[in-house]
Amino acid sequence: MAAHLSYGRVNLNILREAARKELREFLDKCAGSKAIVWDEYLTGPFGLIAQYSLLKEHEVEKMFTLKSGRLPSADVKNIIFFVRPRLELMDIIAQNIFSEDKLHPARDFHILFVPRRSMLCEQRLKEQGVLGSFVNIDEYILDLIPFDGDLLSMEYESAFRECYLENDQTSLYHTAKGLMTLQALYGTIPQIFGKGDCARHVANMMLRMKREFAGTQNQILPVFDTLLLLDRNVDLLTPLATQLTYEGLIDEIYGINNGYVKLPPEKFAQKKQGEGSKDLPMEPKKLQLNSAEELYAEIRDKNFNAVGAALSKKAKIISAAFEERHNAKTVGEIKQFVSQLPHMQAARSSLANHTSVAELIKDITTSEAFFDNLTVEQEFMTGVDTDKVNTYIEDCIAQKDPLIKILRLVSMQSVCNNGLKPKVLDYYKREILQTYGYEHILTLNNLEKAGLLKPQTGSRNNYPTIRKTLKLWMEDANEQNPNDISYVYSGYAPLSIRLTQVLARPGWRSIEEVLKMLPGPHFEERQQLPSGLHKKRQQGENRTTLVFFLGGVTYAEIAALRFLSQMEDSGMEYIIATTKLMNGTTWVKSLMDRPECQIP
Amino acid sequence: MAFITANWNPLGDAFYRKTELYEMFWSLRDGLRDSLVAAAPYGGPIALLREPLRRSPSTRPQLEIYSASGASITSFPWKSGPVVYLGWSVNDELLCVQEDGTVLIYDLFGSFKRHFSMGQEVVQSQVLEAKVFHSPYGTGVAIVTGSSRFTLATNIEDLKLRRLPEVAGLQGRPSCWAVLTQDRQTKVLVSSGPELYVLDNTSCTAVYPPGLSPQAGSIVHMSVSFSYKYLALFTETGRLWTGLSNLQERLSEVDTKQAATPKQMVWCRRPRSQQPSVVLMWDRLLLVVGSCNDTIQFPLEDQSVLVGELDGVRIIGSSSHELLQEVPLVCQDIFKIASMAPGALLLEAHREYEKSSQKADEYLREIKEQNVLGDAVRQCVEAAAHEYDPDTQKALMRAASFGKCFLTEFSPDQFVTTCRELRVLNAVRESSVGMPLTHTQFKQMTLQVLIDRLVYRQFYPLAIEVCRYLKIPDYQGVSRVLKHWASCKVQQKDLTDEAIARAVCAKVGDSPGVSYSDIAAKAYECGRPELAIKLLDFEARSGEQVPLLLKMKRSQLALSKAVESGDTDLVYTVVTYLKNEMNRGDFFMTLRNQPVALSLYRQFCKLQEPQTLKDLYNQDDDHQELGNFYVTSSYRDKRLEGRLAQLQSAVDEYNKAKNDFAAKATEEEMRLLRFQRKLDDEKGAGLLGLSLQATMEALMSLGLHKQAEQLYRDFRVPDKRYWWLKLKSLAEKEQWEELEKFSKSKKSPIGYLAFVEVCMKNNNRHEAKKYVSKVTPEQKVKAHLAVGDLEGAADAAIERRNEAEMGAVLSRCSASDRLLMDKLNRARVAAAKK
Repeated sequence: MAAHLSYGRVNLNILREAARKELREFLDKCAGSKAIVWDEYLTGPFGLIAQYSLLKEHEVEKMFTLKSGRLPSADVKNIIFFVRPRLELMDIIAQNIFSEDKLHPARDFHILFVPRRSMLCEQRLKEQGVLGSFVNIDEYILDLIPFDGDLLSMEYESAFRECYLENDQTSLYHTAKGLMTLQALYGTIPQIFGKGDCARHVANMMLRMKREFAGTQNQILPVFDTLLLLDRNVDLLTPLATQLTYEGLIDEIYGINNGYVKLPPEKFAQKKQGEGSKDLPMEPKKLQLNSAEELYAEIRDKNFNAVGAALSKKAKIISAAFEERHNAKTVGEIKQFVSQLPHMQAARSSLANHTSVAELIKDITTSEAFFDNLTVEQEFMTGVDTDKVNTYIEDCIAQKDPLIKILRLVSMQSVCNNGLKPKVLDYYKREILQTYGYEHILTLNNLEKAGLLKPQTGSRNNYPTIRKTLKLWMEDANEQNPNDISYVYSGYAPLSIRLTQVLARPGWRSIEEVLKMLPGPHFEERQQLPSGLHKKRQQGENRTTLVFFLGGVTYAEIAALRFLSQMEDSGMEYIIATTKLMNGTTWVKSLMDRPECQIP
Repeated sequence: MAFITANWNPLGDAFYRKTELYEMFWSLRDGLRDSLVAAAPYGGPIALLREPLRRSPSTRPQLEIYSASGASITSFPWKSGPVVYLGWSVNDELLCVQEDGTVLIYDLFGSFKRHFSMGQEVVQSQVLEAKVFHSPYGTGVAIVTGSSRFTLATNIEDLKLRRLPEVAGLQGRPSCWAVLTQDRQTKVLVSSGPELYVLDNTSCTAVYPPGLSPQAGSIVHMSVSFSYKYLALFTETGRLWTGLSNLQERLSEVDTKQAATPKQMVWCRRPRSQQPSVVLMWDRLLLVVGSCNDTIQFPLEDQSVLVGELDGVRIIGSSSHELLQEVPLVCQDIFKIASMAPGALLLEAHREYEKSSQKADEYLREIKEQNVLGDAVRQCVEAAAHEYDPDTQKALMRAASFGKCFLTEFSPDQFVTTCRELRVLNAVRESSVGMPLTHTQFKQMTLQVLIDRLVYRQFYPLAIEVCRYLKIPDYQGVSRVLKHWASCKVQQKDLTDEAIARAVCAKVGDSPGVSYSDIAAKAYECGRPELAIKLLDFEARSGEQVPLLLKMKRSQLALSKAVESGDTDLVYTVVTYLKNEMNRGDFFMTLRNQPVALSLYRQFCKLQEPQTLKDLYNQDDDHQELGNFYVTSSYRDKRLEGRLAQLQSAVDEYNKAKNDFAAKATEEEMRLLRFQRKLDDEKGAGLLGLSLQATMEALMSLGLHKQAEQLYRDFRVPDKRYWWLKLKSLAEKEQWEELEKFSKSKKSPIGYLAFVEVCMKNNNRHEAKKYVSKVTPEQKVKAHLAVGDLEGAADAAIERRNEAEMGAVLSRCSASDRLLMDKLNRARVAAAKK
């Protein structure tokens, strides 16, 4: 089921297997038939670890969603709550238990905290008087979830908000713990680099934890050579820009959740001859997106403008393969052809799906609105007129375009100008408040706190320097046959990835000046390896770097890193980890505050 | 060496040997007479209580603890009640069973640890006899009371008393009894007169040993083997029955010709025993009875105690300590006179080699011809492990090493391991340590347990040596020893806190797996909080320090440690604790010094206690956040008045925070709300809660243009946005005349293309065309195209000589527009030439 996890340089299936083993062990601890009550948020991430079949093998007969009131009846011996350690969920659980039918034969209750147990929650259960009802209280340490052969995510949605708005570093603690788990499975990572306050904090915790666990040191040959920790606030610009890779656009437009995307069904309808289009399926089409699908692995990271060509090339190959049958003369040849059929059919349906997806996306990318938006983004990124009120943004506000779009654009302008003149900023803010409602004053305040919006202070705009030194804008980005990461944004090379690239070669020392302009400290740490575990590198063997984005990463950035891994002369392979897979929209959304209005 | 078989005694086809382990260090005035003696198996310590039942308060009996070599460990007067029985737990703790059913537990050094009772009823009826037994569940205690009832506790660590059913017809003391562990159940076998019963949790069943002669008489003594698998019964007529303890099979029945009841009877077996036996002891006689009817007799010079072991019986007397065991088969093979076993030949070969005699070669050749050199080496190594005398061990190991030289591809593992283990065993057998462990026992009890034992005895340096020598990972080895050492060190009363902390830190350093917080907890238990705090400072895991610090009421310190650990849940825990413990003012002050904790607590309050949140901001004079707070709460208020009041508070706070923008914006909001309410009241417009833009929109669609305009002016809405709004609104309502008038009211801030497009959007080409002429030259082409006027677009493009625009027009042309296309193409060519 998860073979694609083991194709990469680092076999991430080990991590998944370890997680599955632990899950099985917990389930077996509760002997007899069981029902699971799910914290809804967890079902997606769990799906990547274990399918229902695994649960079923361990006598899980029913699954419910956690909600207040009485638990649905189920003739099972055990009820297991799978929950995040959150107080509000504890209250719901307590309610569930109180309203349990007293006449009913008693059922055993268990609670499994994901990813960590919490004394605070247990205390709450105790206050509610239900703590004693649990036979087992356990934790399921699920920090890093393997999403693909080179991709791990914690799916910790609020990480950025918590770190930068609320000064709550819970997610960083989980990150450090997750990295410790990773090191337990893949060996100690000898070198740690980092940039940003959160990165520093995580590195400190890791080093401390290593001291704490000294002696239980594992004797595994290190798989990773380097760990790079990057704060999202070091590069606020990249996520704000519209991603232009295939996968990036799917995410921007339809949103990818836990490896799945839901698409409008119209384009996927099986068009049978003679039938009209009246029986269109109403359910959205759900597609799983990962490298297990050969075609998708090939095109996901391409600039969208290169996807069409790739698809038509593929179409030719596939139809040529089907034509082969006419050439098959002998029984042996026919047999061979037939044996390849399932594979070919899968390829054909995959092609059909992605052709439809590409059509859907093309309808949008060729629209004038998309073009105008992109033009303005690119103007900002190249530093054109970033210090005045932008008419396009004004018009968009007047047209009442979605607020998030406006916030993304204004933030981008602010970031590219190292803050906006107070007059300009206030103008935008007033426009937003008057058009979208005064309640958004809280959201604007949040964006200011996070540094996405800021009034220009005395210091001069250093963005142009950063842009030039790091070559963030490449005029001649080649979308079809890229030779630089800037292809992922058709010209803009993501800052975060440039930092990663420079670190590998020639090293950060060459950009000290720029690093100082970016927020937070940059640092390097070394972790001692037990003697005998020092890797003897083969000639020409690539080094492996784990890049951890604290606060989220976009698919375009992932694509850029994959591009670097594939570059012949880079000598480096990248594995990507993050607190959350995100895009500008989900990111800005996570920073918004919407007070519930009570007025009817 | 030559006399190695001198102490061998044949028993059936096997041999038994009695080896002296130690000459005892102790000098007991009255020997072991009139004493309760308990010696722990696996060469454990010996406890001695003289005249346990002497009740005169003036002379208290003395409780003495010795090592197996008779070296005194401790000695103290017994001040509690009369003791019936002494026994050792698996953790080297001494259990003293008192007459009243209380069991007192002491450690090896005589410090009292805890006590428990075998039941209330026992206080009345008193304990007649007791036994301490070991099972897979740990150490157990069994007693029989004056009312002839048995009570069991299978594991003293997890005390559950089980009162066994009554034994039919038993009055007073049973003639003999034993505890059995069978099928994961603990049972008691008891003999009462002629009957034998098995007592389990629920029943008392009479049983009959198979094949026991009817004339044998009643059973007066019984013994269960070390493994609980075998049973020996001694009858009043001197017959000894042996068999399986489940009473399914008899092994033998021997007439010992001894009428008296033996003082002690113990099984003497070993794993893979050829000739198991039972050792019986009378005052002056030790009798070994094999199941083959054969016996060996040893005279006894003084009072002794037998201790059953896994592979033999130890005999502790007042002057010496001996081990009686069956000679292991491999040793028999090697040392038996005239043995031709490969090992024997190899030993001989090596002996000749040492003498530089060529006979060595002859012996070797003989072994090699039979192709058994490998076996020979293995035999020597194995035999060495079983020998107690280091010289014999060495001779055998040298022979093995010699033989190994002639072998290729022979794994050295067994040899190396045995060498190492023997070194360790010899070290602990030293009489100064006094643990006479055999190799078999060592293997059974495992190295871990041996280290524990050394630690219990406080042989810390030796334990560390052993760990290092055997290369045990620090985590399981050295660190564990150091942990014990440190916990013991902190109890030393004669040293200052400073000195102890320094000593502990110097030794423990940052040894992996030693938890300073555990050591500190120990120090705190011993009433040394200052020392505990000093030690906690060395703890690397901040998280671990927290619980103890809280217990010690060092909550401030606990908080900063929790923050340091990065574990936010832990921080929350301490914060909750502090909140309950401190008054509000102090609590807030404490948080103020810990920004991380403060922000976490704010998060908590945001969800759980909004009012507290406000107080927190107030304390910090954080007016910006207070403003935000009021804004947030204003939306929770259902009444407009309440909402306005909240917003007014927000304005005040924003002003204090010098956030003019927010203050003004909030004032605007209030103004808007009042306006909306007014119009809702007057016209039922349903505006409340809409944004300013939406309000104006609603007003326009209701035709309330004047009011919309009022808002536009009052709120200084930018012209552009207002024009867009009005344009769209008029077009949607198809008020074309109004629209035209509006377009002429002044120069449009949004240009006129917008007019064209909006009209088209509302499907009015006619109106749209009106505005095309007003569009700026740059947008002309677009405007013409928007209304579908290709010719106009073409003309405009040609006029502007703009290739891109011409292209754009061309792309809209269809085949029927031939002429136009030609015209454009020509113009394009012309433009390109230029």
